[in-house]
Amino acid sequence: MTTTSAARPRPTTTTVRVPGPGTTVRLGISRIRYETRLYFRSPDTLLFTFFFPFIMLGIFTAAFSAAGNIGGDDNGVGGVSVGAYYLPGMLAAGMLLSGVQNLAVDIAGEKSDGTLKRLGGTPLSPLSYFLGKIGQVFVTATLQAALLLLVARVLFSIELPSDPEKWATFAWVFVFGVITSAFVGIALSALPRSGKSATAVVAPIVLVLQFISGVYLQFTTLPDWMQNLASVFPLKWMAQGMRSVFLPDSFAAAEQNGAWDLVAVAVALGLWLVVGLVLSRVTFRWIRRDA
Amino acid sequence: MTPNALTNTGPVVRVQDLRKSYGNFEAVRGISFSIAAGETFALLGPNGAGKSTTIEILEGYRGRDSGEVSVLGVDPHRGGLDWKARLGIVLQTSAETGNATVTEQLRHFAGFYPNPRDIDEVIDAAGLRGKARTRISKLSGGQRRRVDVALGIIGRPELLFLDEPTTGFDPEARHQFWDLIRTLKGEGTTILLTTHYLDEAAQLGDRAGIIAGGRLIEIGPIDELGGADARVPLVRWRDASGRPREQRTDSPARLVADLVAAADGAEPDELEIIRPSLEDVYLGLVRDDEAKIPATDVPTTAGLIQKEMRA
Repeated sequence: MTTTSAARPRPTTTTVRVPGPGTTVRLGISRIRYETRLYFRSPDTLLFTFFFPFIMLGIFTAAFSAAGNIGGDDNGVGGVSVGAYYLPGMLAAGMLLSGVQNLAVDIAGEKSDGTLKRLGGTPLSPLSYFLGKIGQVFVTATLQAALLLLVARVLFSIELPSDPEKWATFAWVFVFGVITSAFVGIALSALPRSGKSATAVVAPIVLVLQFISGVYLQFTTLPDWMQNLASVFPLKWMAQGMRSVFLPDSFAAAEQNGAWDLVAVAVALGLWLVVGLVLSRVTFRWIRRDA
Repeated sequence: MTPNALTNTGPVVRVQDLRKSYGNFEAVRGISFSIAAGETFALLGPNGAGKSTTIEILEGYRGRDSGEVSVLGVDPHRGGLDWKARLGIVLQTSAETGNATVTEQLRHFAGFYPNPRDIDEVIDAAGLRGKARTRISKLSGGQRRRVDVALGIIGRPELLFLDEPTTGFDPEARHQFWDLIRTLKGEGTTILLTTHYLDEAAQLGDRAGIIAGGRLIEIGPIDELGGADARVPLVRWRDASGRPREQRTDSPARLVADLVAAADGAEPDELEIIRPSLEDVYLGLVRDDEAKIPATDVPTTAGLIQKEMRA
């Protein structure tokens, strides 16, 4: 056709010819608000992602407290309470659930129910969409962690660290871990073949990871091969980072290398961040590719 | 802002010899048509005829094997966000869980567009005033469909795709919807409509194309489809011996007068004069076309759905 779009006298579209970074960020923030609101309206997500670590912390504390403190001497003196021991694992599990389970199930569902197809027909940039997802994960995971710490302190009377250096470690492990989880979740959303099967595909992966990575079972009591297997995946490193914050330094000796190894935590999370980012970029489509 | 329908002389949509196959199945076999600015064009045809494939290629969702396509002056395959901002798309199916309310959803989507319509106006126009604060998941099928339409027009599109927009509407809702579309037409919006309701195509469409077996078997102004012959009135009656009779004639009144005269003034039994509706014309065209194609060539709906899913 001879009429090109540039020849159209349309002042409003010429000013928005190419949506700039400002629009992408503005819409990203709009998506974060929208996504976060919808997250808290989904009962499934609330139960299996947001409150799951609370439920597990409650169950473990109730089930194992009678056996006494963990890591004490032969007379049961010293060490930390069962609740205190499991807190870092539950924080790590929350990070994994908020990112991986939440997004993998959520995006697989959006793919099959037509949400993504609809968005793909609008001028929403995929980048804004991802900003919305990652922002939602970050906001909800932060609320979850804050609430978990509050419950630990108030209901379970668990001592929290007072050293600012510990909290600095907490901050970077948390931020790094949550963003890594979010990207891994986006990448994993490509796996389920339908929205209905998404939970069945994603939940077992996440559950097995929690068992082998020291969330439910004391990591240091697991056989070497299982510890080595868990080291391939990011959850083990998130849990280790969190243990370094919340457990006494005497517990470091029981870790795989006899130390908290925070450099290895950073490297492992960094590698998974890159893997998740690349896979997300490669696999994501507004709609399934046509033949 | 109104779309510059009047100042823009070129076609808004131009399709030239479009072809698309899924594996060995040729869904679209060389379709050509164009849609002028401000026009409402209805794409009609049986399920599995290639309508959805064609419309999805125009919307930018699907690639094509060959042929030229231009939508608002842009090849949909290369259409960027600025191009999408000028389109409104109402998809054939949507099954979103819908935890947002109608107003929230419209406000959120309005933010995507440079010059959106007023949210309250769209809610009123779509007949959703009473449901504005209701979550979409709590709406009936017909009400959800209105939300789909509202989301399609919220960005003030120059070109609106409506893929079977009124499926599940009750008659009153359908008439309200038609009024809404007439308003959009009045504002100069170009519309591509697919529908199985031929009365809807007749009400809204300026021109129509009929697709069957991946080919465009007819195209023209709605009231000229099928040619003059297809619209010759039909007179039916039962003759004195009780035999059903029918005759096509351009002068049905004269034929009836002759019948009465021939029967010495007696009323003919079960007399009817029928002017073929668009539906009659359409069914005639599609039947004629099916008769021309060998049976193995006609795709079944189920077969096509399977192919689309694999795609």
